[in-house]
Amino acid sequence: MNDAPRRGHHKVFLGMAAGVGKTYRMLQEGKAELEAGRDVVIGYLEPHGRAETTAQAAGLEIVPRREVVYRDTVLAEMDLEGILRRAPELCLIDELAHTNAPGVEHAKRYEDVEAVLDAGIDVFSTVNVQHLESLSDEIADLTGTRVRETLPDRVLADASEVMLLDITPEALRERLRNGKVYPAERIETALANFFTPENLTALREVSLRQVAEGIEARRNPRGAVAEPPPDEARSGSERVLDSAVPWAIGERLLALVTPKPASQRIVRRAWRSAQRLGAELDVLWVAGDDPDPEQSEQLAALRKLCSVLGAHLLIEYGDDVAAVAQRVARERGTTYVLIGTPGPRSMWQRTRPTLPDRLLRVLPGVDLRIVADRSRREEDTR
Amino acid sequence: MKAPWRSTESAVPAGGRAKAPVQAPRILFPFIAPALSRRALDAALRLARAEGAVLIPAFLAPVPRWLPLDCPLPRQAGAAVATQEAIEQRAAQFGVTVDARLERGRTPRHALMRAIECERYDRIVIAAAAPGARGFHPDDVAWLLAHAPGEIVVVRPDQEDDLVELDDEPPAETRGPTVAVPVAFS
Repeated sequence: MNDAPRRGHHKVFLGMAAGVGKTYRMLQEGKAELEAGRDVVIGYLEPHGRAETTAQAAGLEIVPRREVVYRDTVLAEMDLEGILRRAPELCLIDELAHTNAPGVEHAKRYEDVEAVLDAGIDVFSTVNVQHLESLSDEIADLTGTRVRETLPDRVLADASEVMLLDITPEALRERLRNGKVYPAERIETALANFFTPENLTALREVSLRQVAEGIEARRNPRGAVAEPPPDEARSGSERVLDSAVPWAIGERLLALVTPKPASQRIVRRAWRSAQRLGAELDVLWVAGDDPDPEQSEQLAALRKLCSVLGAHLLIEYGDDVAAVAQRVARERGTTYVLIGTPGPRSMWQRTRPTLPDRLLRVLPGVDLRIVADRSRREEDTR
Repeated sequence: MKAPWRSTESAVPAGGRAKAPVQAPRILFPFIAPALSRRALDAALRLARAEGAVLIPAFLAPVPRWLPLDCPLPRQAGAAVATQEAIEQRAAQFGVTVDARLERGRTPRHALMRAIECERYDRIVIAAAAPGARGFHPDDVAWLLAHAPGEIVVVRPDQEDDLVELDDEPPAETRGPTVAVPVAFS
């Protein structure tokens, strides 16, 4: 007989940025559970000096934090042992992506949460979308700010329930202006830097997409997509991909490359998209001739990259890139094509349609994404 | 007069013979994901900028013995992709061209050995681990010094040296690594 306790139910309150009301809503729902007669405690709360949040916590039992001394500084961390000893039915734990001080049981708070769930305790937790590992790079690109604390996507994928706290960018900026998010001295800087309408709109879109993709993955009756991407090696060890097993509902990506260093970025971007979609990735070079020594060197690098990523590198000979891409896309069931930024065109080339134009024409119904050349952007901003 | 549609690259000088393309120097910067030092990277980038060199950041991925050496490594791939993107972003701020690499091996040293065997480079910049700091084990650095041809720059990074913080700061023109020991091999 198995005496192991059932794993707790994990509900994550996901937000696009600080101030959308994740912690507040978590506390609100925690109190509702308390009123319904459940044994609820706060395992960790970070009210950030917000009066409304502190008020909402009133009436909920708080497990005292534990003190950890790190480099002559006393840090107050969540007391995992205290929570497990207290053994409530439901524990509210703020800031899932937090990195613990050295010396506690786990490096990251989400690992503490895993331990709490394993003990059969239900958990409500909060996190912002920018902390998800697979998105941190994209969000750094969109907002110019890179977060330091990340958590694996599988934590969200494994959650029993994810609730997106969605408010409009303008409503969030209004909350910020009214001092509901940061103290007065930080408001103007925050509004001018991170909390711009453009950043918030981009973050909102990413959050909505993340939740939508999560729903799609759970909806898949075969269960293949619902599995976290294969990088989530729970045992801590690597797994060999079985390329014969499709993880996708039907998505398949094709990245068009040339043997140049810049192509690696296209492959990386394509791989990230493939991971998010749970899709296979093909990488295609349409060669006009046999590769010269420099191209061979770049091909070797691309081959290694594709091999590590689990992508399929294809080399096809032909003079017409769009025509070859069309054939390969049909053969492999491509739904999404990624290409690099087209280079400068000669006078003669300007008389012909561009590669993106041709691809759009020969591949109707296939999404096309142009991966930006980062060096050009840096030149523009310098 | 030069035809307006002829690009500068294809222009033939008056002497009638095209110049042989000059290869930019190449700086190999091997690193292991959790041990990537921002300051070592900055040192490599400053060097690359000064010399007009191409930086080759080589992500070294140890493969467990129970897996084939050429198998996909999805978990490490995530780290490699994120790190290479961050390095390219940093390099773009310095105006340095990047030609990234990914090398597998049974151990970091094995991957390092494979990287120096496969890659063309003129110089290696490597971070040596100091207590609490990020970098290669001193034994690996000693092995490299003994076995790798070319010039080797060993950087000992400071503590609290994290690449992911780099977006918050402009390229540090004045801040150097704590210790930089150039070691020349002929």
